[in-house]
Amino acid sequence: MAFSTTIRESYRQELNGLRAAGLYKEERFILGNQGADIEVEFPAGAAGRKVINFCANNYLGLSSHPDVVAAAREGLASHGYGMSSVRFICGTQDIHRRLEDRLTAFLGTEDTILFPSCMDANAGVFEACLGADDVMIADRLVHASIVDGMRLCKAMNDTYKHSDMNHLEEKLKEHQDKRIRLIITDGVFSMDGDIAKLDEIVALAEKYDALVFVDDSHASGFIGKTGRGTHEHCGVFGKIDIITTTLGKGLGGASGGCVSGRKEIVEMCRQKARPYLFSNTVAPMIVAGALKVLDLVFTNTERRDTLEWNTKYWRQGLAEAGFDLKQGDSPIVPVMLYNAKLAQDMARDLFAEGIYVVGFFFPVVPQGAARIRTQLSAAHTRAHLDKGLAAFRKVGAKHGILGKGKKEITEMFGK
Amino acid sequence: MDDQKKMILDYVVREYLEEDDDTEITYDTELISGGIVDSFSMVSLKRFLEKKYNISIPDADASPEAFDTVNSISALVDRFKKA
Ligand SMILES: Cc1ncc(COP(=O)(O)O)c(C=O)c1O
Repeated sequence: MAFSTTIRESYRQELNGLRAAGLYKEERFILGNQGADIEVEFPAGAAGRKVINFCANNYLGLSSHPDVVAAAREGLASHGYGMSSVRFICGTQDIHRRLEDRLTAFLGTEDTILFPSCMDANAGVFEACLGADDVMIADRLVHASIVDGMRLCKAMNDTYKHSDMNHLEEKLKEHQDKRIRLIITDGVFSMDGDIAKLDEIVALAEKYDALVFVDDSHASGFIGKTGRGTHEHCGVFGKIDIITTTLGKGLGGASGGCVSGRKEIVEMCRQKARPYLFSNTVAPMIVAGALKVLDLVFTNTERRDTLEWNTKYWRQGLAEAGFDLKQGDSPIVPVMLYNAKLAQDMARDLFAEGIYVVGFFFPVVPQGAARIRTQLSAAHTRAHLDKGLAAFRKVGAKHGILGKGKKEITEMFGK
Repeated sequence: MDDQKKMILDYVVREYLEEDDDTEITYDTELISGGIVDSFSMVSLKRFLEKKYNISIPDADASPEAFDTVNSISALVDRFKKA
């Protein structure tokens, strides 16, 4: 069938609907590499503007780290550009296996399997290891890729209120008739920046005979004293049955993800997880770069310590200025604005001040919970943070919201 | 009839609102399009209805539209109670 005018017109209408609703996403072009100081072309065609980046997942500042770049370059020379194969046909090199072993040691698990991305890991893992006799019980704020993965799996699904242990316990009781109960949570929640109560979750899992799944994409490399993740932070290292995480954020920022955990579950993924079986292998140079990243985080906690200091300084600065913050211990610091237009206006004004942040609103976050999500990096210097805080104070004062909480801001701007 | 609606409303408040959430929910409040219940969490409501009223609601009928208000949910339950 031809791509007729009618079909074209119906797509255009839908796209215009997104624009009218303020939900249309525009890309902003970064001229150069990822880092704390970047130059951004926005809107398309505008002159580049130098800004400080507060919205990347570059938590450890390794995205453009010279040692990582050099290791990737060496990997390119020694192992080639691509493998032109999925893993199980002829796409597995010595370094793929080495990276899996290193991740196993780092995460404190029994075995690890690499995926093209963590989105793919989450899309494949549930279907590979659960069936119709099982139940998945997920926190309501888990990442979209987990929701998609759960939809692909035949097991029953259920949810519990965000971090509400009483509600989780009710659900565990309700599902005692199932073969496997799998509790599913993010380690650090990407929109709120709070940390799952993994110690309590593990205790409930023991009491009600359940397994625990954690997506530690926003934690691996920096949460916990030695950066192993949320399980280290909560004192349950070695007790998580399934961890998924990404190499696309703190751990270098290129791409790739993994499922790490009980040996038999990883083995099931190697046999049955569709994104592993039917998508090309992670490129050799990325694997080589990731091995260097793990060397850096294994031997030295300096970067995660800097990140922790930066986060405290930033939180304190914003709180003292009178912003309403979501509480949490992660380098994701959401500035609550409640109103979608206010979040967009403030992000635009901050950009004009040389601070790159993004406003989030429904449907990415609940209605009436719009915010600017700021993210810290070990690559930020004290000067970056001070400049950022000054800009926030100026723009916050302009909109008259300093010292105001949810009730007052909602009264001023509406929901 | 109103008992049924009240039962459903009570469940929705218990199952979906946070402790400190003072959002008022009526029989006409848009639950899904209003962002109170997301389609991902809707399944527990469906299971509650099935157990409570001893009915079976096919997935095709458990649409976000049919689950959008207590009124429409109650109408759906009535439809399957008769079937
Ligand atoms: C919690 C969580 N899981 C998974 C992903 C997906 O990771 P990847 O970029 O490796 O697909 C993300 C990234 O957006 C995330 O925030």
